[in-house]
Amino acid sequence: MTAPTGPLGDQPAAVVTAGGRPLAGATTARRRRFGSHWLIHIVVLSLMVLWIVPTLGLLINSFRPAAEVSASPWPSALFPPWDFTLANYERVLTRDNLGDAFINSLFITIPATIIPIVVAAFAAYAFAWMNFPYKNVLFVVVVGLLVIPLQSTLIPVLRLFAATGIAGEFLAVWLAHTGYGLPFAIYLLRNYMGGLPKEVFESASIDGAGPATAFFRLALPMSVPVLASLAIFQFLFVWNDLLVSLIYIGGARSENLPLTVVVASLVSSLGGETHFLTAAAFVTMILPLIVFFSLQRYFVRGITGGAVKG
Amino acid sequence: MNDLLTAAIVVIGVPAVLVGYIVGAELILTRLVPERRQGRVRPWLWIAPALAFLTVFLIYPTINTLILSFQDRASRSFVGLANYEYFFTSSGTLEALRNSLFWVVFMTLGVVGLGLLIAILVDRVRYESIAKSVIFVPLAISFVAAGVIWSFMYLYRTPGTPQVGTLNAALDVINLGPVNWTQEPQPFNNLSLIFIGIWMWTGFAMVILSAGLKGISAELLEASRVDGANEWQVFRNIILPLLMPTIFVVGTTIVITALKSFDIVFTVTNGNHGTDVIARRMWAEMFTNGHFGRASAVAIVLLLTIIPFMALNIKRFREQEAVR
Repeated sequence: MTAPTGPLGDQPAAVVTAGGRPLAGATTARRRRFGSHWLIHIVVLSLMVLWIVPTLGLLINSFRPAAEVSASPWPSALFPPWDFTLANYERVLTRDNLGDAFINSLFITIPATIIPIVVAAFAAYAFAWMNFPYKNVLFVVVVGLLVIPLQSTLIPVLRLFAATGIAGEFLAVWLAHTGYGLPFAIYLLRNYMGGLPKEVFESASIDGAGPATAFFRLALPMSVPVLASLAIFQFLFVWNDLLVSLIYIGGARSENLPLTVVVASLVSSLGGETHFLTAAAFVTMILPLIVFFSLQRYFVRGITGGAVKG
Repeated sequence: MNDLLTAAIVVIGVPAVLVGYIVGAELILTRLVPERRQGRVRPWLWIAPALAFLTVFLIYPTINTLILSFQDRASRSFVGLANYEYFFTSSGTLEALRNSLFWVVFMTLGVVGLGLLIAILVDRVRYESIAKSVIFVPLAISFVAAGVIWSFMYLYRTPGTPQVGTLNAALDVINLGPVNWTQEPQPFNNLSLIFIGIWMWTGFAMVILSAGLKGISAELLEASRVDGANEWQVFRNIILPLLMPTIFVVGTTIVITALKSFDIVFTVTNGNHGTDVIARRMWAEMFTNGHFGRASAVAIVLLLTIIPFMALNIKRFREQEAVR
């Protein structure tokens, strides 16, 4: 999703200033002096409106009857007589099979989030706390792979799946997403695990705990914040992905297609009946929005941790 | 496959296999390998799954794609540079290349510029966290959903029929338009699509730049204001230079995102009306035209444009490791 470049700090960079002073005081100082300028409010508020209006308009349209949607723009729905309906949702969930596609998206996304994180955690643990030849070279390779466009892998991987007979199956997408998600996951986790206190692992080793025990009992629990960030990233990335499912599931097993592919094909097949698309788009957005609003803190921390020197 | 069985595999099977692998590997290692050799074997067992995935899904396919790009449509015989010649002479691919360049320039400028502007402005208002959430939300939704959302923003109908697209309805109120945002005039309709990308990614830049901004010492800013610097001078001479490394990181991420952009064009115009980009072009060569040689050549061109950023990433990583 992103090409991060800095070590992951334990704390989000936003919490402390360079001087070590808590942020609250600093911000108050800035606000006291410049906060009242009306031009700032106008710019910020109009950008907020510009950012909300597209989604808001679609949400309102998704509850309007077809005839209304094509007769007047969405703001007119805000004035009486009010006429809202669930018909658009009913139709896309039943006739257009979005209900099934929603389940497919879950079946694809959950393993495609778990597998890369666990596999990356094993590797990150080795990179952080074990010594082996070519360790640094291998890690530089991982950093290099961060930016490989997945387009440059599509054809050979598709042929591989076709040859092994798993093209069209969920398994194909799980494996592919694991490969694509790994560089970022290894990178982020290794930087975090490498920052954990050395003494903890040393004393565990003295107490006779093997690497597996130290990993499951110490390294993983201590890395929960970064694991949460990573899980959100990978979840959103896979849930929102179109290309990987489009290519590896594609026409081979259309009953396995996730929401994004089904909605993208509705865009071209519905033609004039575009009002159903409004509801369809919201069905795809509902879970990411819930994840986003409930876990925003981890999401932000993951982004800033990946890119800002902590 | 039956849904319940799939659900069981998803929730129980997958984690069990993963945990089973490492527990089993450790068990075999401690039972079968002499103790003094364990330390040498162990790391490889821990990174083996990752290396296998990276090799099978990234390294091998990329090398294979390079080879395929020198072969014919069904990968039967070598055709030299014919696929690249096609790429750099056919009007369709050149147009896609031009549009991808538009994406890189305008999406990067838009995202970084707006992200910086918003990061600086929301620092001075009381409703900072709400403003940030609003700008940030689009990053959580799919490009497909964003494409649908903006299709309704840009919706165009022939003059005389009621304009129900948000933008044209707004223009209608002030007796202007309607504008056919995604079709005419070319090539400016690309900007309509690029703005969807900007709408989605500005939150990303804002969050990172805002964190960088809060890291700048308030005393430093205050001191320069006391010394008589105006707001523009403070921004130009203090904030901007200090944020430059962060701006650079955000910028390269957006450049790569713009180069790889596929979903928005695929959903909104499907590459018609002069809006094709190289990532969608590759898909078209692959599935519409069934020409795997040309599709691979497009992918390799895409990869080559990204290689400099890979080198930059590695260089920056090395520098950070040296500081560690």
